[in-house]
Amino acid sequence: MTTTLERRQEYRALFKSNVAKRLVVDKVVRIIVFACVIIAIIPLGSILVEVFKNGIAAISFEFLTETPGSIGSGEGGIGPAIQGTLIIIGLASLIGVPIGVMSGIYLAEYGDNRLARSIRFFNDVFMEFPSIVLGIFAFLVIVLILGHFSVWAGAFALSLIMFPIVARTTEESLKMVPITYREAGTALGLKKWVITFRIVISAAKSGMITGILLSVSRIGGETAPLIMTILGSSQFFSSMDVPMDALPLRIWRLSLLPYDSAQLQGWGSALVLIIIILGINLGVRYYFANKKGHGIIGRLIKAGVTRQK
Amino acid sequence: MARPKLVPKKPGRLPISDKVFKIGATLAGVYVLIMIALLVFQLVSESYPIWEEEGLSFIVGTDWNAVEDRESFGALPYILGTLATSALAMAIGVPLSIGIAMFISDAPAKIGGPLGFLVELLAAVPSVIYGLWGLFVFRVYFKDWIETPLHNAFGDSIWLFSGTPFGLDIITASVILAIMIIPTVSAVSREVMKAVPQQQKEAAYMLGATKWEMFRLAVFPYSKTGLIGASILGLGRAVGETMAVTMLIGNATGIAAIPSSFFKPSQTMSSIIANEFVEASPASLHLPALIGVALVLLLIAIVINVIAHILVTRMLKVKEGAINN
Repeated sequence: MTTTLERRQEYRALFKSNVAKRLVVDKVVRIIVFACVIIAIIPLGSILVEVFKNGIAAISFEFLTETPGSIGSGEGGIGPAIQGTLIIIGLASLIGVPIGVMSGIYLAEYGDNRLARSIRFFNDVFMEFPSIVLGIFAFLVIVLILGHFSVWAGAFALSLIMFPIVARTTEESLKMVPITYREAGTALGLKKWVITFRIVISAAKSGMITGILLSVSRIGGETAPLIMTILGSSQFFSSMDVPMDALPLRIWRLSLLPYDSAQLQGWGSALVLIIIILGINLGVRYYFANKKGHGIIGRLIKAGVTRQK
Repeated sequence: MARPKLVPKKPGRLPISDKVFKIGATLAGVYVLIMIALLVFQLVSESYPIWEEEGLSFIVGTDWNAVEDRESFGALPYILGTLATSALAMAIGVPLSIGIAMFISDAPAKIGGPLGFLVELLAAVPSVIYGLWGLFVFRVYFKDWIETPLHNAFGDSIWLFSGTPFGLDIITASVILAIMIIPTVSAVSREVMKAVPQQQKEAAYMLGATKWEMFRLAVFPYSKTGLIGASILGLGRAVGETMAVTMLIGNATGIAAIPSSFFKPSQTMSSIIANEFVEASPASLHLPALIGVALVLLLIAIVINVIAHILVTRMLKVKEGAINN
């Protein structure tokens, strides 16, 4: 069948108009998609700019080291909060890291059975539990039983947020160690735990440290579980059995006060907190991501690890 | 002197130190299961008084009064508040995230890498700083530029826009929540889109598809399950989010907290806990009531996250299969 010239021209016109329309749609979608990226980055930029702009005025040596003054006076500082944040991160790591690392070893080295699959699954689900519920859990098992707010309860609550992250990152980094390393160890007649600790872990070290530091930066910003465990205080640390302060808690309390001076101090505390957390986060990403391939960070993100609450 | 035994040990028998090591590792692995079981058990047993007292009306009731002798606890407004803010956050955040994932999964590594990194940095900002920024910066602009014009235009005709635009309301909290779920949803969506076999994309291009048509023909149908999973994962995060919401939602209680308009203060399950937990006396029903709210919140979060993880894992398993072929 032959087509007439008119017919052909008609087809050509149709094709042309169709192509033009499709190209326009494509262009529009490209613009929309790019706009999405810009819209998402604007808040980040705004938060960083505002925190630095408003917070820098509050920063002074007294602000960083002294106890808070009377409410609304604008005097004093956030010394106890900084101290408390460091203490609670340290204690939570003391509980969370060993459990997380051992759990990761189990998943990577013994983890091809049904139990391990369900552990892996519940680990991932546990990671997404609302942190305030974990805080209540710590309140029920420690504060309510001891009868007073306690630093241990806060550390326990944060360790619950920490250990699934450490477990999954440890597992992912151990899995990246080639099986031949383990075979070489076995051929030397070493015991499995010696192989794991001396060979496999030292090869997977940088991935594990990445995971641990990212989990530290994550729990450093947690507020909700601290409300019902360490409560907040305006004194320096004195004992494990009394309330303690932490930076996120202090920011929350300050933001609720109606005074300009409290607001200023809130921004100052936010600046300190964001420097600590973004410092760890950026440092880890820059140092480890550039040094040891790009694999581990991508895997962490896939596992949903890098998120703050 | 006795000669050392040359008989090798039976194969399959572990030396004692290895047994201890294995048991230790297994115990650490099982720790998470124990914690989940203990968590659910604790929440159920500690909130038992409220279920005994209120029964089903704890979930469907709207009255919330902690004053002695007039105690009444109905958590429906907070459940609705959580659902409303999360749904709104999804409606705003998910399209944005999928757009970002499209851009980054397709852009050259030189542009996509840094932009993806910036979006992920959103996840590194603590919730309480989102709250602070929302309270003192975002709220002001949002109120003046978006809420007030919308209210003036539609306030009388559409119930969604009634109320007073004050900035401490459902829509402000939802927008902040949307920003907070963007990193999760976009990162997982990107991962899922990367899982689409390259051949499929090339095939679409060979048929003469434009970039958008390539996404429509090759990427979306293939990664649909994973994208839905990613969105539900975002929903799970939005449901449990506490601090930023507590600071921005306006904290109404009782029947006033039932969400009926964008510009009304409300309350979510996590924010009522954060607001009232410290003041609740263990002797009264107030504490069991808040623990009951936490139990409901936990159950919702578990259901959402289990579904999300099943969907995402299934999708990424398909990827491994595709590579092996």
